[in-house]
Amino acid sequence: MNTPAAQTLDARGLNCPLPILRTKKAIASLSVGEVLEVTATDPGSLKDMESFCAQTGNELLASGQSGGDFFFRIRKS
Amino acid sequence: MGAVQHSNFSQESLDQWFDQRFAEKMAERDAARTPSMTIIATKGALDMAYPPFILASTASALGWDVSIFFTFYGLSLLKKNLDLQVTPLGNPAMPMKLPNGTELPIPTSIMALMPGFQSMASGMMKKTLKTKGVASIEELRELCIEADVKLIACQMTVDLFDYGKEEFIPEIADWVGAASFLPIAQKADVNLFV
Repeated sequence: MNTPAAQTLDARGLNCPLPILRTKKAIASLSVGEVLEVTATDPGSLKDMESFCAQTGNELLASGQSGGDFFFRIRKS
Repeated sequence: MGAVQHSNFSQESLDQWFDQRFAEKMAERDAARTPSMTIIATKGALDMAYPPFILASTASALGWDVSIFFTFYGLSLLKKNLDLQVTPLGNPAMPMKLPNGTELPIPTSIMALMPGFQSMASGMMKKTLKTKGVASIEELRELCIEADVKLIACQMTVDLFDYGKEEFIPEIADWVGAASFLPIAQKADVNLFV
């Protein structure tokens, strides 16, 4: 089941804590159950996004890396 | 016969029941609680301005309640016009890198004595921060304000340095003293002194 993203966020070139802050803002504009896709280049975002989702109760559906880019799919809970 | 019935509730089973209920209730309470953090910001240099604003904005993104108490030189972080500087003086581990990544092979203790060095170093640092995609202090402060981080100013510092309140941003939640800040800190899960 691959829910299409309701919104995408390009956080490439931004450094800590901006990718998290922008993600938080983007999630706030979604309805529960909708999915946000984030692309970032901050290597710290891999762990930070996990921690952010665990703390805020949103679901990290997938995360991955391709070249220098990090991808995240987050479902708003 | 009633006594036999009651023997089901042995001390042991009661203890067990209580322990289990207590653990459940505590977990419920923890889950419903909003974590909180208080930060005391005492430094007004560019490099020392980052930790309070980064931690505060991130904590609020995690859903925490955050208050920052700005005192002494930290109060200058709440001025309308920020002109923050970084100094090599007393900052021996500060690497002196040009924005292109080259490091200057001069000890910071010597560089600190050169006239005009501080403004040059500050300019270079700001340029590097920008190239690396690190937010400016102005931007982070704005994000904190948007996220309802409580910015608390130390009244004594204003009097001490003869500041005018009109020099500061209007978003300051309160002008208070230590006695008003400490009760907030007392209830916070995380207290930091920067």
